[in-house]
Amino acid sequence: MTNVTAAIAQEEQILFEQTKRKQRYRQFIKGVLFLLPSIVLFSVFLFYPLLRTIYLSFFLTDASGATTVFVGWDNFVTLFQSTIFQQSVKSTFLFVLYTVPLTIIVSLFLAVIANEKLKGIGFFRTIFSSTMGISVAAASVFWLYLFHPTIGFLNIIMEVFGLEKIGWLTDPSWALIAVSATTIWMNIGFTFLILLGGLQSIDKYLYESADVDGAGYFYKLRRITIPMLSPTLFFVVTVTIINAFQTFGQVDILTQGGPQNATNLIVYSIYREAFTNYQFGSASAQAIILFIIILFMTIIQFKLGERKVHYQ
Amino acid sequence: MRIPIGRKVITYLLLILAAFLIFTPTLMAVVMSFMTNQDIMTGSLPSAFSLDNYRRAFEQFPLLHYLINSFLISIIIMIGQLVLASLAAYAFVFLEFKGRDFLFYLFIATMMVPFEASIIPNFHTIRDLGWIDQYTGLTVPFFAMAFGTFLLRQNFKQIPKELREASQIAGMGDVKFYLTVVLPVAKTSLITLGVYGFLTSWNMYLWPLLATTNDNVRTVQIGLRQLQSQEQMNDWGVIMAGAVIVIIPTLILLFLGQKKLQRGLTEGALK
Repeated sequence: MTNVTAAIAQEEQILFEQTKRKQRYRQFIKGVLFLLPSIVLFSVFLFYPLLRTIYLSFFLTDASGATTVFVGWDNFVTLFQSTIFQQSVKSTFLFVLYTVPLTIIVSLFLAVIANEKLKGIGFFRTIFSSTMGISVAAASVFWLYLFHPTIGFLNIIMEVFGLEKIGWLTDPSWALIAVSATTIWMNIGFTFLILLGGLQSIDKYLYESADVDGAGYFYKLRRITIPMLSPTLFFVVTVTIINAFQTFGQVDILTQGGPQNATNLIVYSIYREAFTNYQFGSASAQAIILFIIILFMTIIQFKLGERKVHYQ
Repeated sequence: MRIPIGRKVITYLLLILAAFLIFTPTLMAVVMSFMTNQDIMTGSLPSAFSLDNYRRAFEQFPLLHYLINSFLISIIIMIGQLVLASLAAYAFVFLEFKGRDFLFYLFIATMMVPFEASIIPNFHTIRDLGWIDQYTGLTVPFFAMAFGTFLLRQNFKQIPKELREASQIAGMGDVKFYLTVVLPVAKTSLITLGVYGFLTSWNMYLWPLLATTNDNVRTVQIGLRQLQSQEQMNDWGVIMAGAVIVIIPTLILLFLGQKKLQRGLTEGALK
């Protein structure tokens, strides 16, 4: 008798397990189906290319991109010995140094003054965010005119002040600064918008209680605004750095990497090596270096961010 | 709280000065697009207002064709991103299955791979698929999007779980729940993401440069590059007219959706 009940119970248990497993299996299939389009596209256009780039970086290729000779680390060794590549890395880091802090400082300043409750503030916010809607190509064309040696606005101003005209895009010591100025201008719109959003989400109560204590404007800025804004600032810094490493369009229109490779930033260098010189192996090695730099930056940002950032 | 008058004046002065500095490059381009070439070359103030530059930009270049291409491509990418990101976000919020966390980390990992670092194999893939000079080659690689998935996931999470349970008891399947409940509730976020997707697609530069070789599918950004490189020395009025046409759609979109975009992007940034 007990045996029979036990057997039935066991059978039920098995049946229960089976349906549970079946259900779990169905859940799994459903989940995967919802995610499948994204997974397939990520695999084809992101993960596969990344692996393929690593693979290519160890080979020489023909003009169609097919591998010909395995060369091991040679592509990397050659790159690090090449003065052109060294220049490219140096320019890229200088470019990051020129653009990131200034973008953040200028945008933060704009966000702070545009966060006041004043009449017509919406108009100023719109103006400040406007550069976000301007494409790389258009922005570069605008600045190409501003930098024009004879009719350009900047040199006209120089002349008015009795200063010597500058070959903004043709002088190797100015070209990178010119490209950086264009980039900062382009970045301001997006950075401003994000920082303004961050400022607006700070609890008004904090300011009110500081007012009660008689705190001054700059005291509040330093002790409330900046700390409370730190998560947003942290995000904006990361995005700006990564964007700076990926700069391409400005260089392509303004300088084509010149003069004397002064503005041959890494993505432009990859582009030129791959699609004008057809050296896909060497270009892939550069792409891997870019990938490692960005990965490294992201990790450093996260590590530093964890410690320094004040979360609510 | 009232703002003291002195600080008000200083703030206004700073606002006006900053607005002037930021807007000068754009403003100069707009003014130049209406000027005669002679005025531009001599550096004088505009002596006459003319639409001549716009007429010539459209006549000498297939600008209208480029514009249509850009519109189609941006809209296709936008729709593709919305569909894929909302499906993925739905799975991450409402479906429970083994391996979900792993897939979530996989999505996070994709944000660390810059598109520029994988551009060489991607170019070869597109070429081997015969997608060069095709809309598919210009759009499909951008459909999957981790940022959009995270943004929508944040939004979907605010939908009460009880709602899903109730709908399950009523016998409503996942697809129906996704279509009739989740998507309408998340309308605002979908619009934000759509605007963002359209803006970034419209402004794409490197990929359309590689994936197009003729005027048939070329986007307006690359068209502007052509215009600029062919006319470089002399015709600034025409170049600026072209540039102004390129930025008008995105500026309008930005001005209309600025508030939403700001809120949406900040939310997505700080999950």
